[in-house]
Amino acid sequence: MTSRRPRTRRAAVAALAGAVALLTACTPGSENTGAPPPAGREVQTDIAALGPVTLTVWDQEVRGGQNEQMERLNAAFQERYPNVTIKRDSRSFDDLATTLRLALSGNDAPDVVQANNGRADMGAFVAAGELVPLTPWAQAYGWDQRYPDSVRQYVSYTPDGKVFGEGEIYGLPQVGEVVGIYYNPAELQRLGIAVPTTWEEFEAALAAVKAGGATPLQLGNVEGWPALHVFGTVQDQLVPADQITDLAFGRKGASWTTPENTQAAQRVTDWAAAGYFNEGVNGLDDNQAWQAFSRGESVFFIGGSWYAPDLEATMGQNVRFMPPPPPAGKPVSATGGTGLPFSITSASDAPDAAAAYLDFITSPDAMKVLTETGNLPVVDTAAQTPPAGLSQDVFAAFAAVADNGQLLPYLDYATPTMGDTMGAALQDLLAGSQPPDAVLSTVEADYAAFVEKNG
Amino acid sequence: MADAPRTSHLGPSPWHALAYVVPALAVYAAFVLYPLGRAVHLSLFDWDGLTLATFVGLGNYAEVVTDAGLRAAFGHALVLILFFALLPTAIGLVLASLLTRARLRGLPFFRTVVFLPQVVAMVVVGVAWRQLYAPDGSVNDLLELVGLGAVTRAWLGDPTFALPAVGVIGTWVQTGLVTVLLMAGISRIPDQLYEAARLDGAGPVREFFAITLPSVRAELAVALTLTVIAALKTFDLIYITTGGGPGNRTSVPSYEVYNRAFRLGEVGSAAAVGVTLTALIFVVNLAVVRIGERR
Repeated sequence: MTSRRPRTRRAAVAALAGAVALLTACTPGSENTGAPPPAGREVQTDIAALGPVTLTVWDQEVRGGQNEQMERLNAAFQERYPNVTIKRDSRSFDDLATTLRLALSGNDAPDVVQANNGRADMGAFVAAGELVPLTPWAQAYGWDQRYPDSVRQYVSYTPDGKVFGEGEIYGLPQVGEVVGIYYNPAELQRLGIAVPTTWEEFEAALAAVKAGGATPLQLGNVEGWPALHVFGTVQDQLVPADQITDLAFGRKGASWTTPENTQAAQRVTDWAAAGYFNEGVNGLDDNQAWQAFSRGESVFFIGGSWYAPDLEATMGQNVRFMPPPPPAGKPVSATGGTGLPFSITSASDAPDAAAAYLDFITSPDAMKVLTETGNLPVVDTAAQTPPAGLSQDVFAAFAAVADNGQLLPYLDYATPTMGDTMGAALQDLLAGSQPPDAVLSTVEADYAAFVEKNG
Repeated sequence: MADAPRTSHLGPSPWHALAYVVPALAVYAAFVLYPLGRAVHLSLFDWDGLTLATFVGLGNYAEVVTDAGLRAAFGHALVLILFFALLPTAIGLVLASLLTRARLRGLPFFRTVVFLPQVVAMVVVGVAWRQLYAPDGSVNDLLELVGLGAVTRAWLGDPTFALPAVGVIGTWVQTGLVTVLLMAGISRIPDQLYEAARLDGAGPVREFFAITLPSVRAELAVALTLTVIAALKTFDLIYITTGGGPGNRTSVPSYEVYNRAFRLGEVGSAAAVGVTLTALIFVVNLAVVRIGERR
């Protein structure tokens, strides 16, 4: 046996050397860097002339009204263009986000995908050349008139993916979103509190509810992101809008450690210390939180317009929605933006049909369908007649913020890791285990590292 | 392979033996060795999963050591060993001795009950315990019932108690496995040994340390190996119950691998964490097996 030892060792060394050679041979990602999509190609808007086309669409419109509008629009599109077959693949928001990265770099990528606006998703895909800029079709279909600048900035990147909010359009959103305040009118009346119309009144109302022995605010923050909306809502009132926009778009020149941001973080800490939130916010999940609010366990609930269908279904007439009331003399400001935009992949073999599809599902007719199915259309909102009830509040709030106020981007757009960093930091803030300045330093570190690397 | 061994007088050539091994080896290589090599490869790059990667050498491994968040994740995994491996082994030893020696009626029933958590899918376990630990869940109800209302809290959202709370779930799950393994070991111990001990005047405690414990050494090694691996590679439980929170206080290496690779787009770093975790599991288990074999 001893005589074979050296040979075994030599074989092992050879195998190791071979493995190392094999491993250094190909750099990960090299198979994805194909030729950029051809520029200046002729745009074809006559879809019937394209012959049989199959469009693979990945969306995340899985809930009731969302799924319904998608089914109706897909059916109508295929009826108009019988030569087009839509292969729809629908998965939840989280599932789509985790699988899209792999799918786009694969050989069999879908034609149309819903990619989240932020740098973690759309920004990364644009930088990798996985999405087609929509500029040629935007002129042909008039999308630059359809969408105002305030919406277009949410789907615009420079082609290298470095600047967010400017450059070419990479996706079209169907719905709008606004984070506001849901309240329980019956509880307010029982406690003898008027519906607040200014930020000062709102904070006074929180104190009054607490003094009346009820829970002012419901929050379920296991996931981390729900607190971003609460912090964002406070920040929108206390920090200048342009600073928030720079921070949220991950642009150079802003800072998280300003006195205004510190004041906003301090305010959230104060709310937590004063017992304005339910017990154990970090141990309750988002679904449990809105359900608790719907059972009347709190008077207010800060959350996005996407809760409206569920809350209306459980609370009926006994829930209202308003944009965050602004501090006296300031314009109404709220976090919000668009639902996930639809984009065309570079791998699509039928970009013209895909563009026609995007045009169809965001057309004025589509906005009507969205309204009928209980969704909040991103454009032409004022032209719609929403069903009576909570929808009317949501439509009015979105119009008030988008048209006459300041619609400020989601804070997790800022960097690929910001959702995680801020989610964890705000959990610490709410638990009181980190003071506001330490929390903001953590967030600033993430932002500064990205901005420096991004250039 | 120029110097292939010539047929020796000791029997057929080693190539014959190789022919028997090749099918299994091919499967093993394709599904274990190649992915492992690929992971090691990826761990040497800074890669977002989409664009061209940059070679960073051992930079990602340096990050595992220097990044406070990642260091903490490995620390949490080590804490979980206490809850997933050591506690269940201690409880399992006592339970197994009691169940086998006490000659209970309805023994199969108790054995089934103890083993049941092992059968339930971890996702189901996680969802169930999330309800138990909720601010208005059964754990808090129970505490209030016995007059401990002051210590009630949102267990999974508490900065201090979230990790132990997740650990207790692990203890609950793993105890069944350890108990059943040890029961098999104890039932093989000849009765004469206990008889002899009793004649020499040994009590139940002495019996346990003099006979039971040394006899189940092999089973203990197996139990520890399995539970330590389970502790170090915990993912599903964390994913379901806390998502690493609050404030990263329950993040573990496996969760970081998933988070970095699929959510943050830091594939190289994820691979480095995965490779480090694999190495750690290997080393810890080598130690356990060595201790188990020592006479």
